[in-house]
Amino acid sequence: MWDSLPLYAAGAATTLQLLLLALAIGGALALPLAVLRSLPSAWAWRPVWLFTYVIRGTPLLVQLFLLYYGLAQFDAVRDSLLWPWLKSAWFCAVAAFAINTCAYTTEILHGAIQAVPAGEVEAARALGMGRWMTFRRIVLPSAMRRSLPAYSNEVVLMLHGTALASVVTLHDLTGVAREVNSIHYLPFEAFITAALCYVAITLVLVGGFQLAERRWLRPFAPRG
Amino acid sequence: MLHGYALSLLEGAALTLSVAVLSLGIALVLGLAGAVAKLSGWRLARGVAQAYTTVIRAVPDLVLMLLVFYGGQMAINGLGERLGWAYIDIDPWVAGILTIGFIFGAYFTEVLRGAFLAVPAGQKEAAVACGFTPWQVLWRIVGPQMLRHALPGLSNNWLVMIKATAIVSVIGLSDLMNRAAQAAGSTREPFLFYGAAALLYLAFTTLSELGFAWLGRRLAIGTRKAAL
Repeated sequence: MWDSLPLYAAGAATTLQLLLLALAIGGALALPLAVLRSLPSAWAWRPVWLFTYVIRGTPLLVQLFLLYYGLAQFDAVRDSLLWPWLKSAWFCAVAAFAINTCAYTTEILHGAIQAVPAGEVEAARALGMGRWMTFRRIVLPSAMRRSLPAYSNEVVLMLHGTALASVVTLHDLTGVAREVNSIHYLPFEAFITAALCYVAITLVLVGGFQLAERRWLRPFAPRG
Repeated sequence: MLHGYALSLLEGAALTLSVAVLSLGIALVLGLAGAVAKLSGWRLARGVAQAYTTVIRAVPDLVLMLLVFYGGQMAINGLGERLGWAYIDIDPWVAGILTIGFIFGAYFTEVLRGAFLAVPAGQKEAAVACGFTPWQVLWRIVGPQMLRHALPGLSNNWLVMIKATAIVSVIGLSDLMNRAAQAAGSTREPFLFYGAAALLYLAFTTLSELGFAWLGRRLAIGTRKAAL
């Protein structure tokens, strides 16, 4: 068992890599989508709503399989320039996780934007700020803060979601555990080691978000 | 259109639903027990419940599933050898239901605990003062009001749970995902079948949301809503 520890370290590195890439891409896409989702025009918010509805209504595993196995069905995809990327399990996993977390993050940010008190927006407009400036200086900072607690949940759930990468042959933490189990037939040792690694990563993430909340959620804390 | 696999997919969907519903039952029982334990004055019970919710919510469901499936198999057969039983194969259906129920019991514990705390203490005190037994207080006074507060959390977790059942296919249950994979393999049209599976899951989640919206309106009878 001790000999497999370097394998677990490599697995943890893969897991973290998948997680960070997915969060970065998903988060970057979620911000503009959340803005579109919050606009009054139905042409803006309906397509975004549909996207988040479909992604949030189907299992991550299905999304991953659709990308990894499903797209290969079409000759047009196999002949396209993207094929070298799309046939790699790693790329498909990052893409599926990023799309998934993007949908959830969009809804979290949208909720936070809605929760900004109307009075703050009115006050900004009364001071002569334009729509864009109001959004950038007033709505966005407060929405980002408000979404911190929900986003920390999403990050932990995404970490757990990355375990699915092992199903498409990747050697993340879970993948390593499955391999160790199949070689040595030690299910308890193999999976409990992986579980402990996940617990450690989760604790670090949760601790980090607690620090962040203490720093940025000060204005909303009860006084006294 | 589905090359004759439509029925197979529907059978898989039925199996998926059976896993989801049965694990919901287990999760509710565990959640209620966990919530009562967390709120009780008994230190040991509180500690156990706290450990349960912390550990389970920190480990991916797939890892727990594999642990129960492979580890449980080994543990049962190790025990069986000593007691002289024949070799037992764990059924993926049973392993799936037990694991998902066990995992979501931790999430339901938190939902139910929060709902329990949301019922004003005066309600309980008044019931006790009227001579209700503890069981009657829970069943007639706190329970119905708690359900109102618990509903959004329950509905969220139920939706996550339906989707989580997809991973039972990894340990070989022929659920919706597994049937879709089989059909995809033999027809070489994976997009079609995983797309169909996605639509079926979407149908389940949509129907559930409609059902919960209806339930929410029913449970809200008798509450006042302030007009903003």
